[in-house]
Amino acid sequence: MTTPAPRHIPDRQGRAMSRLVLRWEVLLAVVALAIFVVNSLASPWFLDPWNLSDATFNFTEKALIGFAMALLIIAGEIDLSVASILALASTAMGVAMTLGAGTPVLVLTGLAVGLACGAVNGALVIGLGLPSIVATIGTMSLYRGISFIVLGDQAFTGYPEGFAWFGQGYVWWVISVELCLFALAAIVFAVLLHRTGFGRAVFAVGLNPVAALFSGIRVGRVRFILFLMTGLMSGLAAVCLTSRLGSTRPSIATGWELEVVTMVVLGGISITGGAGSIPGVVLAALVMGLVTFGFGLLNVPGIVMSIFIGLMLIGVIALPRLWSRRR
Amino acid sequence: MSILRKTLTTAALAAALIANGAQAETKRIALVVKALGIGFFEAAAKGAEEAAKELGDVEIIYTGPTDTTAEGQIEVINALIAQRVDAIAISANDRDALVPALKKAMDRGITVISWDSGVAPEGRLMHLNPSSNPLIGNMIIKLAADHLPDGGDVAVLSASATATNQNTWIEEMTKVKGNYPGINVVATVYGDDLADKSYREAQGLMQSYPNLRAIIAPTSVGIVAAAQAVEDAGKVGQVNVTGLGLPSEMAGHVKAGSSQSFAIWNPIDLGYSATMIAYNLATGAAKAEAGGAIPMGRMGSVTLDEAREGAMADPFVYDASNVDDFASIF
Repeated sequence: MTTPAPRHIPDRQGRAMSRLVLRWEVLLAVVALAIFVVNSLASPWFLDPWNLSDATFNFTEKALIGFAMALLIIAGEIDLSVASILALASTAMGVAMTLGAGTPVLVLTGLAVGLACGAVNGALVIGLGLPSIVATIGTMSLYRGISFIVLGDQAFTGYPEGFAWFGQGYVWWVISVELCLFALAAIVFAVLLHRTGFGRAVFAVGLNPVAALFSGIRVGRVRFILFLMTGLMSGLAAVCLTSRLGSTRPSIATGWELEVVTMVVLGGISITGGAGSIPGVVLAALVMGLVTFGFGLLNVPGIVMSIFIGLMLIGVIALPRLWSRRR
Repeated sequence: MSILRKTLTTAALAAALIANGAQAETKRIALVVKALGIGFFEAAAKGAEEAAKELGDVEIIYTGPTDTTAEGQIEVINALIAQRVDAIAISANDRDALVPALKKAMDRGITVISWDSGVAPEGRLMHLNPSSNPLIGNMIIKLAADHLPDGGDVAVLSASATATNQNTWIEEMTKVKGNYPGINVVATVYGDDLADKSYREAQGLMQSYPNLRAIIAPTSVGIVAAAQAVEDAGKVGQVNVTGLGLPSEMAGHVKAGSSQSFAIWNPIDLGYSATMIAYNLATGAAKAEAGGAIPMGRMGSVTLDEAREGAMADPFVYDASNVDDFASIF
């Protein structure tokens, strides 16, 4: 009698897959480096610490939302209302400001409204069972609509001096507060996704929700928490952007939901769920920021940048397919 | 990928050469618009190029975001600050949100002015309005009087009764009415900037005042509706429709004869003047102070009020001789 050899059950995705993800990040890093080199050759103003520091504002706020969105998409859901959450949170901060709130209260207001919006999204998707894409298209109009009702064609201005620190302040030399928040969020989300049980659950829910449910993962709760996180990060982005603009208008951050999704998908997060990594999103944010800034320095019309980003996005989705077909 | 990279590198090298060549002593003035691809702003860029040619040592950077957002304009402003342009002349998507970015530009020694659509005073040195309320008020009655040498009854077809702009212009018009003897303003009606309501109000005016000789509509919706009403009533040649309108919408009615002439700002002049002002401020030839005047080439000079705002000129008059040229622009 021979005992059968113990079956090896991988605790992660197959090695081919992990190799692919690794490859994708390497490729992204190469692209980022290439763009960096081309830009420094193309413009005499590119390699200036202050200019590069200014350039980071092109992506920091979007990336803050992007990290949470990455987890949400890995879990097989999506939130298209993030830009509208940002607008509503910003409007709420404006209202709080007119009521005489100081900086700490303003920040708490922004975060709380973001969290509440995320909770509503979560309740619609998990509680009522609506598909997330439909539910969040609905709340996208709802949240921004409330903003428009409150403000109309007016704007909130005159935020307190101290409030400007979040979007206009610097921690040390050219390192802005927003850049620090970006780095901090990247670390927190990377650890959460890649080093905790919760992160493992997120992948499991995205790969096969039924199997995840039968293996004891509370699928609904995981998803609800992810919607809450996305709302909270949108609230944080609202604090940063409102502080940077020094004002609130209902049209704030128009169209950002698609830019955030673009960033996440470009970062190698599978739009069908189940795969992706936070370092990928960080690199995608850098690539998008560098492209936008580099083309801006050369005064290339914005539409060319959009075309370039669009081509990269198609490349991102097509390359892995071509790769796996070849194997 | 390699082709793409090659193209990029070539473009990059070419741009580097241009950039180095231009660094000499030319003043680089950035004309930042609400969004690229809008006829009105393309025309303004034409005016800016005209000014650059006249000045000689100026390079125009015509730029803007793809859609009319403040965030997009801030990205553009950051890129311009990084290039250390000499001046930024901007038509703003947001009066307030651009202030921090433009303040930073001014801190780094860049001359910042706004034109067409203004920025709050702390974010710019001065703002150039295309025209002013008194100039507009005078122009709309003058347009009617020019074609009525013997005088006659005229009526005003406005937007809504609460429309701030229109009310101000009509008020200014009333102030200068005395300068046009024989012109008798018989009524002011409101079309609420709705095509069908404006059309009915214009019909009503013609029925109530059989001797009506002109309808003044200081709104782009009203003027088109009134011209249509005059044509449909067969009163072309008897009732002249004038006021403020867009050349693209009015060209047909000027041809049909229902409107002899109308007015609106000229985007070419606006781009030209903004460039001239930016140049004069950047070179130190003029200062942006309340009460001061800044020369702007063939357009004369602009005088600034307390908020450092100034009006460029009378609204530009369009008639059969020039409306077609502008109809393709805006």
